[in-house]
Amino acid sequence: MKSESNLEKVIASGNPAVTAELGPPMSANGHEVREKAKLLKGFCDAANITDCQTAVVRISSIAAAYMALQEGVEPVMQMTCRDRNRIAMQADLLGAAALGLKNCLCLAGDHQNFSAAGRLKGHPGAKNVYDVDTCQLVGILKKMRDEGLQEGGDKLEEAPKFFIGASWTPMGDPIDFRPVNLMKKVNSGADFIQTQGIYDIEGFRAQMEKARNLGLHERTAILGGIIVPRSGMMLKYMDSSVAGVSVPKALIDRMMKAKEAAGDDKKKAKALQEAEGIKITIELIHQVLETPGVKGVHIQAIEWESAIEGIVKEAGLYPRPSV
Amino acid sequence: MIVGSQKPIDEIWDMVKEFKRVIVFGCNTCVAICHAGGSKEAETIASMLKMRSSNEGVDMDVSSTSVMRHCEPEYFDEVIDELRSYDLVLSTACGVGVNFLSERIGNIPVYPGINTSFFGAVPEAGVFEELCAGCGDCILHMTGGICPVARCSKTLMNGPCGGTNEGKCEIGKDVDCAWYLIVQRMKDLGTIEKLSEVIPPRSWSTSRDGGPRRVSVEHIREYEESAEQKTEAGGSK
Ligand code: SF4
Ligand code: SF4
Repeated sequence: MKSESNLEKVIASGNPAVTAELGPPMSANGHEVREKAKLLKGFCDAANITDCQTAVVRISSIAAAYMALQEGVEPVMQMTCRDRNRIAMQADLLGAAALGLKNCLCLAGDHQNFSAAGRLKGHPGAKNVYDVDTCQLVGILKKMRDEGLQEGGDKLEEAPKFFIGASWTPMGDPIDFRPVNLMKKVNSGADFIQTQGIYDIEGFRAQMEKARNLGLHERTAILGGIIVPRSGMMLKYMDSSVAGVSVPKALIDRMMKAKEAAGDDKKKAKALQEAEGIKITIELIHQVLETPGVKGVHIQAIEWESAIEGIVKEAGLYPRPSV
Repeated sequence: MIVGSQKPIDEIWDMVKEFKRVIVFGCNTCVAICHAGGSKEAETIASMLKMRSSNEGVDMDVSSTSVMRHCEPEYFDEVIDELRSYDLVLSTACGVGVNFLSERIGNIPVYPGINTSFFGAVPEAGVFEELCAGCGDCILHMTGGICPVARCSKTLMNGPCGGTNEGKCEIGKDVDCAWYLIVQRMKDLGTIEKLSEVIPPRSWSTSRDGGPRRVSVEHIREYEESAEQKTEAGGSK
Protein backbone atom coordinates (compact mmCIF):
# COMPACT_ATOMS: atom_id res chain seq x y z
CA MET A 1 0.00 0.00 0.00
CA LYS A 2 1.23 3.42 -0.89
CA SER A 3 -0.97 5.43 1.44
CA GLU A 4 -3.22 3.04 3.38
CA SER A 5 -6.15 5.25 2.43
CA ASN A 6 -9.60 3.70 2.35
CA LEU A 7 -9.92 4.67 -1.30
CA GLU A 8 -6.69 2.90 -2.16
CA LYS A 9 -7.82 -0.21 -0.26
CA VAL A 10 -11.23 -0.35 -1.95
CA ILE A 11 -9.60 -0.04 -5.35
CA ALA A 12 -7.06 -2.74 -4.46
CA SER A 13 -9.90 -5.02 -3.33
CA GLY A 14 -11.31 -5.02 -6.85
CA ASN A 15 -14.66 -3.52 -5.84
CA PRO A 16 -15.88 -0.60 -7.94
CA ALA A 17 -14.90 2.50 -6.00
CA VAL A 18 -17.32 5.34 -5.27
CA THR A 19 -16.18 8.87 -4.57
CA ALA A 20 -18.44 11.85 -4.00
CA GLU A 21 -17.86 15.56 -3.66
CA LEU A 22 -18.20 18.06 -0.85
CA GLY A 23 -18.00 21.75 -1.66
CA PRO A 24 -16.95 23.88 1.35
CA PRO A 25 -18.98 27.03 2.03
CA MET A 26 -18.07 30.63 1.19
CA SER A 27 -18.00 31.55 4.86
CA ALA A 28 -16.45 30.43 8.13
CA ASN A 29 -19.33 28.04 8.73
CA GLY A 30 -17.66 24.77 9.70
CA HIS A 31 -21.02 23.38 10.74
CA GLU A 32 -22.08 23.28 7.09
CA VAL A 33 -19.07 21.15 6.20
CA ARG A 34 -19.91 18.72 8.97
CA GLU A 35 -23.56 18.51 7.93
CA LYS A 36 -22.60 17.78 4.35
CA ALA A 37 -20.12 15.16 5.53
CA LYS A 38 -22.89 13.48 7.52
CA LEU A 39 -24.97 13.19 4.35
CA LEU A 40 -22.14 11.40 2.59
CA LYS A 41 -20.96 9.17 5.42
CA GLY A 42 -21.26 5.50 4.54
CA PHE A 43 -22.25 6.18 0.92
CA CYS A 44 -18.84 6.76 -0.61
CA ASP A 45 -15.31 5.46 -0.10
CA ALA A 46 -13.95 8.98 -0.07
CA ALA A 47 -15.25 12.47 -0.77
CA ASN A 48 -13.43 15.13 -2.74
CA ILE A 49 -13.09 18.43 -0.93
CA THR A 50 -12.87 21.12 -3.56
CA ASP A 51 -10.15 23.77 -3.44
CA CYS A 52 -11.76 27.15 -4.08
CA GLN A 53 -13.54 25.79 -7.11
CA THR A 54 -14.30 28.25 -9.90
CA ALA A 55 -11.78 30.55 -8.19
CA VAL A 56 -14.17 31.53 -5.43
CA VAL A 57 -12.92 31.89 -1.84
CA ARG A 58 -14.24 29.13 0.39
CA ILE A 59 -13.10 27.26 3.51
CA SER A 60 -9.74 25.83 2.55
CA SER A 61 -9.66 22.33 1.22
CA ILE A 62 -7.34 21.10 3.98
CA ALA A 63 -9.41 22.52 6.83
CA ALA A 64 -12.66 21.17 5.39
CA ALA A 65 -11.00 17.82 4.66
CA TYR A 66 -9.94 17.57 8.28
CA MET A 67 -13.49 18.29 9.44
CA ALA A 68 -14.85 15.63 7.08
CA LEU A 69 -12.33 13.15 8.46
CA GLN A 70 -13.52 13.92 11.99
CA GLU A 71 -17.06 13.16 10.83
CA GLY A 72 -15.98 9.76 9.56
CA VAL A 73 -15.77 10.58 5.84
CA GLU A 74 -12.42 9.97 4.22
CA PRO A 75 -11.52 13.09 2.26
CA VAL A 76 -9.74 13.52 -1.04
CA MET A 77 -8.12 16.88 -0.53
CA GLN A 78 -8.02 18.77 -3.81
CA MET A 79 -5.06 21.01 -4.55
CA THR A 80 -4.93 23.44 -7.44
CA CYS A 81 -1.81 24.94 -8.97
CA ARG A 82 -3.47 28.33 -9.18
CA ASP A 83 -3.00 29.66 -5.67
CA ARG A 84 0.27 28.30 -4.28
CA ASN A 85 3.85 28.01 -5.34
CA ARG A 86 5.80 24.82 -4.71
CA ILE A 87 6.91 26.00 -1.28
CA ALA A 88 3.35 26.60 -0.06
CA MET A 89 2.12 23.41 -1.72
CA GLN A 90 4.64 21.20 -0.04
CA ALA A 91 4.16 22.91 3.30
CA ASP A 92 0.41 22.31 2.99
CA LEU A 93 1.01 18.70 1.97
CA LEU A 94 3.16 18.09 5.03
CA GLY A 95 0.53 19.71 7.23
CA ALA A 96 -2.26 17.73 5.60
CA ALA A 97 -0.38 14.47 6.06
CA ALA A 98 0.30 15.35 9.69
CA LEU A 99 -3.46 15.87 10.15
CA GLY A 100 -4.08 12.37 8.82
CA LEU A 101 -5.20 13.17 5.27
CA LYS A 102 -4.26 10.44 2.80
CA ASN A 103 -5.64 11.31 -0.64
CA CYS A 104 -4.75 14.30 -2.76
CA LEU A 105 -6.17 15.23 -6.14
CA CYS A 106 -3.94 17.51 -8.21
CA LEU A 107 -5.60 20.06 -10.49
CA ALA A 108 -4.65 23.07 -12.58
CA GLY A 109 -7.63 24.94 -11.11
CA ASP A 110 -10.03 27.32 -12.81
CA HIS A 111 -8.51 30.61 -13.90
CA GLN A 112 -9.37 33.49 -11.55
CA ASN A 113 -10.95 35.31 -14.48
CA PHE A 114 -13.52 32.57 -14.47
CA SER A 115 -14.81 33.41 -10.97
CA ALA A 116 -17.98 31.36 -10.61
CA ALA A 117 -18.58 31.75 -14.34
CA GLY A 118 -19.49 35.37 -13.74
CA ARG A 119 -22.27 34.71 -11.23
CA LEU A 120 -20.22 36.10 -8.34
CA LYS A 121 -17.68 38.88 -8.08
CA GLY A 122 -14.82 36.52 -7.27
CA HIS A 123 -11.30 37.91 -7.55
CA PRO A 124 -10.53 38.48 -11.21
CA GLY A 125 -7.75 40.89 -10.17
CA ALA A 126 -5.84 38.22 -8.25
CA LYS A 127 -2.34 37.21 -9.27
CA ASN A 128 -2.20 33.55 -10.17
CA VAL A 129 0.75 31.33 -9.43
CA TYR A 130 1.13 28.30 -11.69
CA ASP A 131 4.67 27.76 -10.48
CA VAL A 132 4.08 24.09 -11.37
CA ASP A 133 1.37 22.42 -13.42
CA THR A 134 -0.70 19.33 -12.66
CA CYS A 135 1.81 16.76 -13.98
CA GLN A 136 4.55 18.49 -12.05
CA LEU A 137 2.51 18.60 -8.84
CA VAL A 138 1.75 14.89 -9.19
CA GLY A 139 5.49 14.32 -9.61
CA ILE A 140 6.24 16.37 -6.48
CA LEU A 141 3.83 14.27 -4.39
CA LYS A 142 5.39 11.10 -5.71
CA LYS A 143 8.91 12.28 -5.07
CA MET A 144 7.98 13.24 -1.51
CA ARG A 145 6.28 9.91 -0.87
CA ASP A 146 8.56 7.47 -2.66
CA GLU A 147 11.96 9.14 -2.38
CA GLY A 148 11.42 11.07 0.82
CA LEU A 149 12.62 14.22 -0.89
CA GLN A 150 11.25 17.69 -1.32
CA GLU A 151 11.08 19.01 -4.87
CA GLY A 152 14.23 21.01 -4.25
CA GLY A 153 16.06 17.90 -3.05
CA ASP A 154 16.06 18.38 0.73
CA LYS A 155 15.38 15.24 2.72
CA LEU A 156 12.10 14.55 4.51
CA GLU A 157 12.62 12.60 7.67
CA GLU A 158 9.00 11.56 7.55
CA ALA A 159 7.48 11.51 4.09
CA PRO A 160 3.81 12.36 3.47
CA LYS A 161 2.13 9.22 2.12
CA PHE A 162 -0.57 10.32 -0.26
CA PHE A 163 -2.68 8.33 -2.65
CA ILE A 164 -2.17 10.61 -5.63
CA GLY A 165 -4.94 11.60 -7.97
CA ALA A 166 -5.40 13.74 -11.05
CA SER A 167 -8.31 14.70 -13.24
CA TRP A 168 -8.87 13.84 -16.87
CA THR A 169 -11.16 15.46 -19.43
CA PRO A 170 -11.51 12.61 -21.92
CA MET A 171 -13.71 14.57 -24.29
CA GLY A 172 -11.79 17.84 -24.14
CA ASP A 173 -10.12 19.58 -27.07
CA PRO A 174 -7.87 18.64 -28.79
CA ILE A 175 -9.53 15.27 -28.44
CA ASP A 176 -6.79 13.12 -29.96
CA PHE A 177 -4.29 14.55 -27.48
CA ARG A 178 -6.39 13.68 -24.42
CA PRO A 179 -5.12 10.08 -24.08
CA VAL A 180 -1.55 11.46 -24.15
CA ASN A 181 -2.57 13.98 -21.50
CA LEU A 182 -3.74 11.08 -19.34
CA MET A 183 -0.56 9.15 -20.01
CA LYS A 184 1.57 12.07 -18.85
CA LYS A 185 -0.34 12.24 -15.57
CA VAL A 186 0.06 8.48 -15.09
CA ASN A 187 3.75 8.64 -15.98
CA SER A 188 4.13 11.44 -13.44
CA GLY A 189 2.68 9.17 -10.74
CA ALA A 190 -1.12 9.48 -10.65
CA ASP A 191 -2.49 6.46 -8.75
CA PHE A 192 -6.07 7.34 -9.55
CA ILE A 193 -7.91 9.49 -12.04
CA GLN A 194 -11.30 11.14 -11.77
CA THR A 195 -12.76 12.17 -15.08
CA GLN A 196 -14.80 15.19 -16.10
CA GLY A 197 -18.53 14.47 -16.07
CA ILE A 198 -19.59 11.95 -18.70
CA TYR A 199 -22.94 12.03 -20.50
CA ASP A 200 -21.82 10.97 -23.96
CA ILE A 201 -21.08 7.37 -23.11
CA GLU A 202 -20.09 6.43 -26.68
CA GLY A 203 -17.52 9.21 -26.81
CA PHE A 204 -16.17 8.23 -23.40
CA ARG A 205 -15.87 4.59 -24.42
CA ALA A 206 -13.92 5.53 -27.54
CA GLN A 207 -11.45 7.53 -25.42
CA MET A 208 -11.21 4.69 -22.88
CA GLU A 209 -10.30 2.31 -25.68
CA LYS A 210 -7.39 4.57 -26.58
CA ALA A 211 -6.37 4.72 -22.92
CA ARG A 212 -6.48 0.92 -22.74
CA ASN A 213 -4.37 0.64 -25.87
CA LEU A 214 -1.74 2.65 -24.02
CA GLY A 215 -2.10 0.27 -21.05
CA LEU A 216 -3.07 3.15 -18.78
CA HIS A 217 -6.05 1.41 -17.16
CA GLU A 218 -3.63 -1.04 -15.57
CA ARG A 219 -1.30 1.61 -14.21
CA THR A 220 -3.92 3.89 -12.68
CA ALA A 221 -7.45 3.52 -11.35
CA ILE A 222 -9.82 5.44 -13.59
CA LEU A 223 -13.02 6.61 -11.89
CA GLY A 224 -15.62 7.87 -14.35
CA GLY A 225 -17.12 11.24 -13.46
CA ILE A 226 -20.89 11.57 -13.13
CA ILE A 227 -22.43 14.99 -12.58
CA VAL A 228 -25.97 14.48 -11.30
CA PRO A 229 -28.31 16.49 -13.55
CA ARG A 230 -30.92 18.45 -11.69
CA SER A 231 -32.79 20.14 -14.50
CA GLY A 232 -33.04 20.34 -18.25
CA MET A 233 -31.58 23.84 -18.13
CA MET A 234 -28.53 22.55 -16.29
CA LEU A 235 -27.94 19.89 -18.95
CA LYS A 236 -28.35 22.47 -21.71
CA TYR A 237 -25.90 24.78 -19.97
CA MET A 238 -23.35 22.05 -19.51
CA ASP A 239 -23.66 20.98 -23.11
CA SER A 240 -23.17 24.49 -24.46
CA SER A 241 -20.84 26.06 -21.93
CA VAL A 242 -18.78 23.54 -19.98
CA ALA A 243 -15.55 22.64 -21.75
CA GLY A 244 -15.11 18.94 -22.43
CA VAL A 245 -18.73 18.07 -21.68
CA SER A 246 -21.21 17.17 -24.38
CA VAL A 247 -24.71 16.02 -23.52
CA PRO A 248 -26.63 13.85 -26.01
CA LYS A 249 -29.88 15.45 -27.13
CA ALA A 250 -31.85 12.41 -25.97
CA LEU A 251 -30.88 13.11 -22.34
CA ILE A 252 -31.78 16.80 -22.59
CA ASP A 253 -35.11 15.84 -24.17
CA ARG A 254 -35.88 13.43 -21.33
CA MET A 255 -35.33 16.15 -18.77
CA MET A 256 -37.33 18.72 -20.70
CA LYS A 257 -40.19 16.25 -21.00
CA ALA A 258 -40.16 15.71 -17.25
CA LYS A 259 -40.37 19.47 -16.83
CA GLU A 260 -43.24 19.86 -19.28
CA ALA A 261 -45.19 17.06 -17.61
CA ALA A 262 -45.59 19.33 -14.58
CA GLY A 263 -47.34 22.08 -16.54
CA ASP A 264 -47.22 25.37 -14.63
CA ASP A 265 -46.55 23.75 -11.27
CA LYS A 266 -42.99 24.88 -10.55
CA LYS A 267 -42.55 22.70 -7.48
CA LYS A 268 -43.69 19.66 -9.37
CA ALA A 269 -41.45 20.54 -12.32
CA LYS A 270 -38.49 20.60 -9.98
CA ALA A 271 -39.42 17.30 -8.35
CA LEU A 272 -40.03 15.55 -11.66
CA GLN A 273 -36.78 16.79 -13.15
CA GLU A 274 -34.81 15.77 -10.08
CA ALA A 275 -36.34 12.31 -10.19
CA GLU A 276 -35.49 11.99 -13.88
CA GLY A 277 -31.99 13.29 -13.16
CA ILE A 278 -31.45 10.56 -10.60
CA LYS A 279 -32.70 7.96 -13.07
CA ILE A 280 -30.27 9.23 -15.68
CA THR A 281 -27.48 9.23 -13.11
CA ILE A 282 -28.05 5.61 -12.24
CA GLU A 283 -28.07 4.59 -15.89
CA LEU A 284 -24.84 6.50 -16.46
CA ILE A 285 -23.22 4.87 -13.41
CA HIS A 286 -23.97 1.43 -14.82
CA GLN A 287 -22.81 2.33 -18.30
CA VAL A 288 -19.58 3.82 -16.99
CA LEU A 289 -18.89 0.85 -14.72
CA GLU A 290 -19.51 -1.55 -17.60
CA THR A 291 -16.84 0.20 -19.65
CA PRO A 292 -13.68 -1.94 -19.70
CA GLY A 293 -10.84 -0.43 -17.70
CA VAL A 294 -13.03 1.68 -15.38
CA LYS A 295 -12.44 1.07 -11.66
CA GLY A 296 -15.17 3.17 -10.14
CA VAL A 297 -17.30 6.30 -10.29
CA HIS A 298 -16.89 9.82 -9.03
CA ILE A 299 -20.40 11.15 -8.39
CA GLN A 300 -20.79 14.90 -8.12
CA ALA A 301 -24.12 16.10 -6.78
CA ILE A 302 -23.22 19.78 -6.80
CA GLU A 303 -24.82 21.56 -3.83
CA TRP A 304 -27.09 18.51 -3.57
CA GLU A 305 -25.16 16.15 -1.32
CA SER A 306 -28.42 14.74 0.06
CA ALA A 307 -29.03 12.97 -3.26
CA ILE A 308 -25.99 10.71 -2.88
CA GLU A 309 -27.54 8.20 -0.49
CA GLY A 310 -30.44 7.35 -2.81
CA ILE A 311 -28.22 7.23 -5.89
CA VAL A 312 -25.67 4.90 -4.36
CA LYS A 313 -28.35 2.62 -2.96
CA GLU A 314 -30.37 2.47 -6.17
CA ALA A 315 -27.26 1.87 -8.22
CA GLY A 316 -26.61 -1.23 -6.13
CA LEU A 317 -23.39 0.18 -4.73
CA TYR A 318 -24.50 0.05 -1.10
CA PRO A 319 -23.19 -0.92 1.38
CA ARG A 320 -19.70 0.29 0.68
CA PRO A 321 -17.08 -2.38 1.27
CA SER A 322 -15.20 -2.19 4.54
CA VAL A 323 -11.62 -3.05 3.77
CA MET B 1 8.74 44.90 -29.85
CA ILE B 2 7.44 46.33 -26.61
CA VAL B 3 3.72 47.05 -26.69
CA GLY B 4 1.95 49.64 -24.62
CA SER B 5 -1.14 51.77 -24.71
CA GLN B 6 -1.88 55.37 -23.80
CA LYS B 7 -3.06 56.17 -20.31
CA PRO B 8 -6.46 57.86 -20.13
CA ILE B 9 -6.06 61.62 -20.39
CA ASP B 10 -7.83 62.13 -17.04
CA GLU B 11 -5.22 59.99 -15.32
CA ILE B 12 -2.43 61.92 -17.06
CA TRP B 13 -3.99 65.22 -16.08
CA ASP B 14 -4.15 64.15 -12.43
CA MET B 15 -0.44 63.31 -12.59
CA VAL B 16 0.72 66.53 -14.22
CA LYS B 17 -1.68 69.26 -13.09
CA GLU B 18 0.59 70.51 -10.28
CA PHE B 19 3.48 71.29 -12.64
CA LYS B 20 4.16 74.58 -14.39
CA ARG B 21 6.41 73.48 -17.24
CA VAL B 22 5.79 70.06 -18.72
CA ILE B 23 7.44 68.37 -21.67
CA VAL B 24 5.94 65.29 -23.27
CA PHE B 25 8.82 63.14 -24.42
CA GLY B 26 8.07 60.55 -27.14
CA CYS B 27 10.02 57.50 -28.23
CA ASN B 28 10.01 56.61 -31.90
CA THR B 29 10.69 52.90 -31.86
CA CYS B 30 8.41 50.21 -30.32
CA VAL B 31 5.78 52.45 -28.79
CA ALA B 32 5.51 54.49 -31.98
CA ILE B 33 4.68 51.32 -33.92
CA CYS B 34 1.87 50.52 -31.49
CA HIS B 35 0.55 54.10 -31.72
CA ALA B 36 1.03 54.74 -28.01
CA GLY B 37 4.03 56.99 -27.51
CA GLY B 38 5.81 58.10 -30.70
CA SER B 39 6.32 61.74 -31.71
CA LYS B 40 2.78 61.98 -33.06
CA GLU B 41 1.22 60.72 -29.85
CA ALA B 42 3.52 62.93 -27.76
CA GLU B 43 2.34 65.97 -29.73
CA THR B 44 -1.29 64.96 -29.34
CA ILE B 45 -0.94 64.51 -25.58
CA ALA B 46 0.81 67.89 -25.36
CA SER B 47 -2.00 69.66 -27.18
CA MET B 48 -4.61 67.89 -25.08
CA LEU B 49 -2.83 69.05 -21.94
CA LYS B 50 -2.66 72.59 -23.29
CA MET B 51 -6.39 72.57 -23.89
CA ARG B 52 -7.12 71.01 -20.56
CA SER B 53 -4.98 73.52 -18.67
CA SER B 54 -6.60 76.49 -20.37
CA ASN B 55 -10.07 75.00 -19.76
CA GLU B 56 -9.30 74.53 -16.11
CA GLY B 57 -7.64 77.92 -15.83
CA VAL B 58 -4.30 76.40 -14.86
CA ASP B 59 -1.18 78.21 -15.94
CA MET B 60 0.91 75.52 -17.62
CA ASP B 61 3.56 75.61 -20.31
CA VAL B 62 3.46 72.37 -22.32
CA SER B 63 5.60 71.26 -25.22
CA SER B 64 6.81 68.01 -26.72
CA THR B 65 9.82 66.43 -28.31
CA SER B 66 10.95 62.93 -29.15
CA VAL B 67 13.96 60.82 -29.98
CA MET B 68 14.52 57.47 -31.64
CA ARG B 69 15.02 55.50 -28.44
CA HIS B 70 14.90 56.09 -24.72
CA CYS B 71 16.80 52.94 -23.76
CA GLU B 72 20.32 54.01 -24.80
CA PRO B 73 21.85 57.26 -23.54
CA GLU B 74 23.28 58.32 -26.94
CA TYR B 75 19.79 58.86 -28.24
CA PHE B 76 18.58 61.27 -25.60
CA ASP B 77 21.93 63.01 -24.95
CA GLU B 78 21.11 65.62 -27.58
CA VAL B 79 17.89 66.71 -25.88
CA ILE B 80 18.77 66.19 -22.21
CA ASP B 81 19.59 69.85 -21.57
CA GLU B 82 16.28 70.90 -23.05
CA LEU B 83 14.47 68.32 -20.90
CA ARG B 84 16.22 69.67 -17.82
CA SER B 85 14.69 73.08 -18.38
CA TYR B 86 11.21 71.67 -17.50
CA ASP B 87 9.61 70.80 -14.14
CA LEU B 88 8.29 67.47 -15.38
CA VAL B 89 9.06 65.05 -18.18
CA LEU B 90 6.00 63.03 -19.17
CA SER B 91 7.63 60.16 -21.02
CA THR B 92 5.61 58.19 -23.51
CA ALA B 93 8.35 55.60 -23.84
CA CYS B 94 7.84 52.17 -22.33
CA GLY B 95 8.58 51.68 -18.64
CA VAL B 96 12.19 50.93 -19.53
CA GLY B 97 12.57 54.42 -20.93
CA VAL B 98 10.98 56.05 -17.87
CA ASN B 99 13.29 54.15 -15.51
CA PHE B 100 16.37 54.77 -17.60
CA LEU B 101 15.79 58.49 -17.96
CA SER B 102 14.87 58.87 -14.26
CA GLU B 103 18.31 57.62 -13.31
CA ARG B 104 20.07 60.05 -15.63
CA ILE B 105 18.17 63.30 -15.77
CA GLY B 106 18.92 64.62 -12.29
CA ASN B 107 16.33 66.09 -9.92
CA ILE B 108 13.45 66.32 -12.36
CA PRO B 109 10.61 63.83 -12.15
CA VAL B 110 9.88 61.57 -15.13
CA TYR B 111 6.28 60.29 -15.19
CA PRO B 112 4.76 57.56 -17.38
CA GLY B 113 2.40 58.62 -20.16
CA ILE B 114 1.61 55.08 -21.24
CA ASN B 115 0.94 51.66 -19.75
CA THR B 116 3.61 49.23 -20.88
CA SER B 117 2.05 45.85 -21.46
CA PHE B 118 4.10 43.14 -23.14
CA PHE B 119 6.49 41.88 -25.82
CA GLY B 120 4.48 41.26 -28.89
CA ALA B 121 4.00 41.41 -32.62
CA VAL B 122 1.57 42.89 -35.12
CA PRO B 123 -0.55 40.12 -36.67
CA GLU B 124 -2.64 42.72 -38.51
CA ALA B 125 -2.77 46.50 -38.64
CA GLY B 126 -3.81 47.89 -35.29
CA VAL B 127 -3.63 44.55 -33.44
CA PHE B 128 -0.81 43.67 -31.06
CA GLU B 129 -0.41 40.27 -29.52
CA GLU B 130 1.70 39.03 -26.62
CA LEU B 131 4.02 36.24 -27.73
CA CYS B 132 6.91 36.04 -25.24
CA ALA B 133 7.15 36.73 -21.52
CA GLY B 134 10.93 36.97 -21.32
CA CYS B 135 11.25 33.99 -19.00
CA GLY B 136 15.00 33.76 -19.53
CA ASP B 137 15.09 30.07 -20.43
CA CYS B 138 13.46 29.57 -23.79
CA ILE B 139 11.75 26.25 -24.46
CA LEU B 140 10.17 27.04 -27.82
CA HIS B 141 12.01 24.12 -29.44
CA MET B 142 9.87 21.82 -27.31
CA THR B 143 6.55 23.46 -28.09
CA GLY B 144 6.57 24.00 -31.82
CA GLY B 145 7.61 27.63 -31.53
CA ILE B 146 4.47 28.61 -29.60
CA CYS B 147 5.07 29.87 -26.09
CA PRO B 148 3.09 28.34 -23.21
CA VAL B 149 4.68 30.74 -20.71
CA ALA B 150 3.30 33.84 -22.39
CA ARG B 151 0.30 32.43 -24.20
CA CYS B 152 -1.26 29.82 -21.91
CA SER B 153 -3.29 31.64 -19.25
CA LYS B 154 -2.01 29.15 -16.67
CA THR B 155 1.59 28.84 -17.91
CA LEU B 156 1.06 25.10 -18.22
CA MET B 157 4.06 23.10 -19.38
CA ASN B 158 2.62 19.67 -20.07
CA GLY B 159 -0.42 20.09 -22.23
CA PRO B 160 -3.85 21.69 -22.23
CA CYS B 161 -6.03 22.02 -19.15
CA GLY B 162 -9.63 20.89 -19.11
CA GLY B 163 -10.85 24.36 -20.01
CA THR B 164 -9.91 24.35 -23.71
CA ASN B 165 -13.06 24.89 -25.71
CA GLU B 166 -13.03 24.65 -29.50
CA GLY B 167 -9.52 26.01 -29.61
CA LYS B 168 -10.23 28.89 -27.25
CA CYS B 169 -8.95 29.43 -23.72
CA GLU B 170 -11.28 29.14 -20.76
CA ILE B 171 -10.71 32.80 -19.89
CA GLY B 172 -12.57 34.01 -22.96
CA LYS B 173 -13.80 33.24 -26.44
CA ASP B 174 -11.46 35.81 -27.98
CA VAL B 175 -8.29 34.22 -26.56
CA ASP B 176 -6.66 31.34 -28.42
CA CYS B 177 -5.69 28.34 -26.31
CA ALA B 178 -1.92 28.13 -26.64
CA TRP B 179 -1.93 24.38 -26.07
CA TYR B 180 -4.49 23.82 -28.77
CA LEU B 181 -2.16 25.68 -31.14
CA ILE B 182 0.90 23.80 -29.88
CA VAL B 183 -0.68 20.39 -30.41
CA GLN B 184 -1.85 21.38 -33.89
CA ARG B 185 1.51 22.83 -34.85
CA MET B 186 3.48 19.83 -33.62
CA LYS B 187 1.15 17.48 -35.45
CA ASP B 188 1.79 19.47 -38.64
CA LEU B 189 5.54 19.35 -38.01
CA GLY B 190 5.40 15.62 -37.35
CA THR B 191 6.91 16.11 -33.89
CA ILE B 192 3.83 15.44 -31.76
CA GLU B 193 5.46 12.52 -29.94
CA LYS B 194 7.83 15.01 -28.33
CA LEU B 195 4.86 16.20 -26.28
CA SER B 196 4.59 12.80 -24.58
CA GLU B 197 7.57 13.58 -22.39
CA VAL B 198 6.82 15.11 -19.01
CA ILE B 199 8.55 18.45 -18.52
CA PRO B 200 9.63 18.59 -14.84
CA PRO B 201 9.10 21.66 -12.65
CA ARG B 202 11.17 24.41 -14.18
CA SER B 203 13.41 26.91 -12.51
CA TRP B 204 11.86 30.35 -12.65
CA SER B 205 15.08 31.87 -11.34
CA THR B 206 15.88 33.09 -14.85
CA SER B 207 12.59 34.97 -15.01
CA ARG B 208 11.45 37.97 -12.96
CA ASP B 209 10.95 35.62 -10.00
CA GLY B 210 14.72 35.36 -9.59
CA GLY B 211 14.99 39.11 -8.94
CA PRO B 212 16.00 41.89 -11.35
CA ARG B 213 18.05 40.57 -14.23
CA ARG B 214 21.13 41.78 -16.02
CA VAL B 215 22.94 40.43 -19.04
CA SER B 216 26.61 41.17 -19.43
CA VAL B 217 28.31 40.29 -22.69
CA GLU B 218 31.92 39.94 -21.64
CA HIS B 219 33.66 40.05 -25.01
CA ILE B 220 31.88 43.27 -25.90
CA ARG B 221 32.80 44.83 -22.57
CA GLU B 222 36.45 43.81 -23.03
CA TYR B 223 36.51 45.13 -26.57
CA GLU B 224 35.02 48.47 -25.52
CA GLU B 225 37.47 48.80 -22.64
CA SER B 226 40.50 48.07 -24.80
CA ALA B 227 39.23 50.51 -27.45
CA GLU B 228 38.93 53.18 -24.75
CA GLN B 229 42.46 52.47 -23.50
CA LYS B 230 43.81 52.75 -27.05
CA THR B 231 42.18 56.14 -27.54
CA GLU B 232 43.55 57.32 -24.22
CA ALA B 233 47.06 56.04 -25.11
CA GLY B 234 46.75 57.69 -28.55
CA GLY B 235 45.66 60.97 -26.97
CA SER B 236 48.67 61.14 -24.64
CA LYS B 237 51.19 60.76 -27.42
S1 SF4 C 1 9.78 30.21 -23.40
FE1 SF4 C 1 10.39 32.11 -22.31
S2 SF4 C 1 11.87 33.11 -23.64
FE2 SF4 C 1 10.83 31.55 -24.89
S3 SF4 C 1 9.13 32.65 -25.87
FE3 SF4 C 1 8.32 31.82 -23.96
S4 SF4 C 1 8.61 33.42 -22.41
FE4 SF4 C 1 9.87 33.96 -24.19
S1 SF4 D 1 -7.50 26.74 -22.07
FE1 SF4 D 1 -5.49 26.48 -23.05
S2 SF4 D 1 -4.45 28.47 -22.89
FE2 SF4 D 1 -6.20 28.51 -21.50
S3 SF4 D 1 -5.33 27.90 -19.54
FE3 SF4 D 1 -6.10 26.03 -20.49
S4 SF4 D 1 -4.37 25.16 -21.64
FE4 SF4 D 1 -3.84 27.28 -21.11
